[in-house]
Amino acid sequence: MKSFGFSIAKPRSLEIDGESLERLHRLEEKEPSFKRCFNCGGCTATCSAGQFTDFNIRRVHNLYRWGRYQELGEELRKCMLCGKCTLVCPRGVNLRHLIVSMRELLNEL
Amino acid sequence: MSKRYWNQYQKEIADDRYFYERSCIRQSFFPGSEAAFLKILREELGKDIHDDVNQHTCTGIGYHSDVVPFETTMTVVARLFSLMTQAGYENYVPSCVTSFGVFTEIVETWKEQPALLEKTRKLLKETTGREFNIPKNIVHPSDIIYKFRFELRDRMKYRLVNRYTGKPLKVVEHIGCHYAKIFPKHGVGNAEFPYVLAGMIEAWGGEVIDYPERRHCCGFGFRQYLVQQNRGYSLANTQKKFESMQPYEPDFILTNCPGCSMFMDKWQYVIAEMENKTYDKDGYGIPVLTYEELAGLLLGYDPWTLGLQLHQVQSERLMDKIGIPYNKNEKFKGVSGKLLPYPEKPEHLKV
Repeated sequence: MKSFGFSIAKPRSLEIDGESLERLHRLEEKEPSFKRCFNCGGCTATCSAGQFTDFNIRRVHNLYRWGRYQELGEELRKCMLCGKCTLVCPRGVNLRHLIVSMRELLNEL
Repeated sequence: MSKRYWNQYQKEIADDRYFYERSCIRQSFFPGSEAAFLKILREELGKDIHDDVNQHTCTGIGYHSDVVPFETTMTVVARLFSLMTQAGYENYVPSCVTSFGVFTEIVETWKEQPALLEKTRKLLKETTGREFNIPKNIVHPSDIIYKFRFELRDRMKYRLVNRYTGKPLKVVEHIGCHYAKIFPKHGVGNAEFPYVLAGMIEAWGGEVIDYPERRHCCGFGFRQYLVQQNRGYSLANTQKKFESMQPYEPDFILTNCPGCSMFMDKWQYVIAEMENKTYDKDGYGIPVLTYEELAGLLLGYDPWTLGLQLHQVQSERLMDKIGIPYNKNEKFKGVSGKLLPYPEKPEHLKV
């Protein structure tokens, strides 16, 4: 293949129409405070794991909402469950329990 | 009968006495198009069109890449208008869709902000000693060919019909974004129902393909592709269009913008070399023609004088379908009569 110094960019559009929202609803039942998240990123900014790895809690939220569970499993293993994110969340989301709940629901896959 | 919405959106296109301004890039990539346009207007339609030797860029590429400030662009455009005024013309015809967009934008700006017009007049006078009138009519050359499409049809030797099947050729038309998307009122058929190229195709016997990404940008943009690392986004736009049109098996693509013609032609080579993917079933790609080249071909002009051999995707198979004769041995013959070196062949795209 010839090199041109660039490649064809892949589309970034999300196809969520084909995804079932059932798992998201079950997560919201397990941890209702998740509905209050407004994606400020405070959790990500304070995350200890995120200081040393590419772990990003906000990304975890989005991957779950978009139904991209395969990538999510990898990500969730990086969390140390220290709970600093829960302390700083301005909306009082119980993030530690949220992560644990996500792991449980993913194990049912 | 279906309603023809484009009919509601018409623009004034002057009848005669045009001042022509050439494009910066078309002379390199589609070198026969502008000469063909002048020949068609002068010899087929008997119009008066002035091709000024002192013309220059409109700064469009620099302006849209954010390297030329608007004041500079206005002054450079004012100098072009001064050439038109000096030559005694009032109808301005820029060959390039980007230039067309720049001129309409500037004239509209001057209508809204007369102080900027006065400032431009002052700057031009101070720097060059020149004065100018604002054109009465600014039209793109494709508007003129569209206006006289039936007169031209009567003079044409060929029709857009597949001589083997007797069916109309399937044509994708692609209109440059700056033709009608900036100021819809300045485009035939507005931005939503642009008819300038579709009108030519229908009048000359072809069938227009209405595919899902018909109005999508070709990906040319300006600042989008200038940085090499960003070119993948530009290329992705073009690929999206090709993938959308491929199922309809178009015989060729017709464009009215220099950037669109160039990208839709050259990117077919890049995609073929990168992914071994072509968008016609035989691996030759889809030919991309300018409206002048198409008009010239159908009028019986020599395809090599029109410059079709300088396209990336070659047009012999299209000419075979229409029944246009060509001499293979003269394909790369220069004006001196000597044969020019043959270009290197791509690895994947057949030529």
